[in-house]
Amino acid sequence: MSFTQDLFYDALLDPARPHPRGLHDGRSRPAGRRFDVYRNNVAVSLTEALHEGFPVIAKLLGKRNMDGLAGLYWRQHPPASPLMMQYGAAFPDFLAGLPQLSHLGYLPDVARLELALRRAYHAGDAAPLDPQALSIDPQALMSATLTFAPAVQLMRSPWPIHAIWRFNTEDDAPKPSAAAQDVLITRPDYDPVPRLLQPGAAEWVATVQAGGTLAAAQDRALASAPDFDLVALLALLLGDGALSSLSPPKA
Amino acid sequence: MLDTTRTLPAAPGVGYKPQHFAQILDHAGPVGWLEIHAENYMGDGGRPLAQLRHLAERFPISVHGVGLSIGGEGPLDPDHLARLKHLVGWLNPASFSEHLAWSTHDSHFLNDLLPLPYTSATLDRVCTHIDQVQEVLGRRMLLENPSSYLAFAESTWEEPSFLGEIARRTGCGLLLDVNNVFVSATNLGFSPQGYIDAFPLDAVGEIHLGGHDEDQDDHGAPLLIDSHGRAVVDPVWALLDYTLDRAGPRPLLVEWDTDVPDWPVLRAEAQRAQSALDKVPA
Repeated sequence: MSFTQDLFYDALLDPARPHPRGLHDGRSRPAGRRFDVYRNNVAVSLTEALHEGFPVIAKLLGKRNMDGLAGLYWRQHPPASPLMMQYGAAFPDFLAGLPQLSHLGYLPDVARLELALRRAYHAGDAAPLDPQALSIDPQALMSATLTFAPAVQLMRSPWPIHAIWRFNTEDDAPKPSAAAQDVLITRPDYDPVPRLLQPGAAEWVATVQAGGTLAAAQDRALASAPDFDLVALLALLLGDGALSSLSPPKA
Repeated sequence: MLDTTRTLPAAPGVGYKPQHFAQILDHAGPVGWLEIHAENYMGDGGRPLAQLRHLAERFPISVHGVGLSIGGEGPLDPDHLARLKHLVGWLNPASFSEHLAWSTHDSHFLNDLLPLPYTSATLDRVCTHIDQVQEVLGRRMLLENPSSYLAFAESTWEEPSFLGEIARRTGCGLLLDVNNVFVSATNLGFSPQGYIDAFPLDAVGEIHLGGHDEDQDDHGAPLLIDSHGRAVVDPVWALLDYTLDRAGPRPLLVEWDTDVPDWPVLRAEAQRAQSALDKVPA
């Protein structure tokens, strides 16, 4: 029987399968554990890719647990393209589906946060909006819409994901305590940052992202949080270059 | 007609690592060009592309693909080819190269360079894929010899003549990795010098050098692993000298992809490559 990549592939992914036949060591002896070099290369490179892509998850789980979960994950979800920068998109849902992790309910959202940071790192570039662009007639401003830079992503979680992320990436960060947290990923220059949003801000961002006017966003934000602070939010967005353009109201 | 006018200089180059960005610009030393892995620069923007644009103003760039799966039994991934065309289009690099290997099966990418039997069926398939790549990119590509840990009973070609036949049929050039030759020769029990003697050196557009790890097979025989995680060993430098004596000066790349050292260490390897070039009559 001749070599097929089907057989090779199946044996690579499943160490319980026998090595493919017809492989030798160049001296007419069976290849034996030489085949395992390829098994090992694939296992190590995909496991390392998940460690690098989800460093906080790896830290929370510990290396042994992360290695084990990575091995389960890559066999179920091998990369769907050669763009390893995108690998692990299904990892948060995979974590959410594991009964043995159900006591760590925050893990999937922390993984989503890490995925969003990685996406932001590779996201398209956009010239930041000049703050002067907002210095127009207030009524016109409230009827305008805004576009976010491609790196900007909103995450809302019932878990303190921002605090957990900080506690595991920064020295001297405070210990997380139970709270729902909204996070906005921004990318000042080239390094993505998760910003903790104040009450109402997530409603404002979501409305603007959906193409709503600033008036609509303001209404939604105030309905959610009467103390919503638009000035503070705009300062954050402008400071991080999170806004890319302002469109005046359609005539 | 394929564009064959863009080539790398016969100088040392290094595999580019982002942590070396500032030092490469300030202290390039003998480094005359840089190689990037194509797939790391296929995002939409951000630091990787900004750094690459900057480096490309200063250095000739070699784009080295690790994900095209040219030896795959299935068709080439049209999306990946389009991404490659986009990258090569805007960057206009001095060279594009890929591997005699497969890495994708049923749209699953395994992030490793997997081996091929050297048969007429593989030859036809690889040539068809290279024709397609060269047509899409509108330029000549280089194909790299693999490092091997095992061989296929059904192979009917020796690797050097197999690569030579691919180059003859498709007009592609070859990338000769002398560390891979040394690794494969040790692992499969052939003479590395004999391999170089049989290799179509006229087609070589670039030479790779890298470090490897040492292991053992079931019989206690040495099994070298192409890890790119340490310095190039002396026997590989000697094999480089042997090759350059016969081929003349060529672009020489030092690859160091894991346990990446500080810039001065990598630059010293490039300096050693420069010394090897200096010994060769032009």
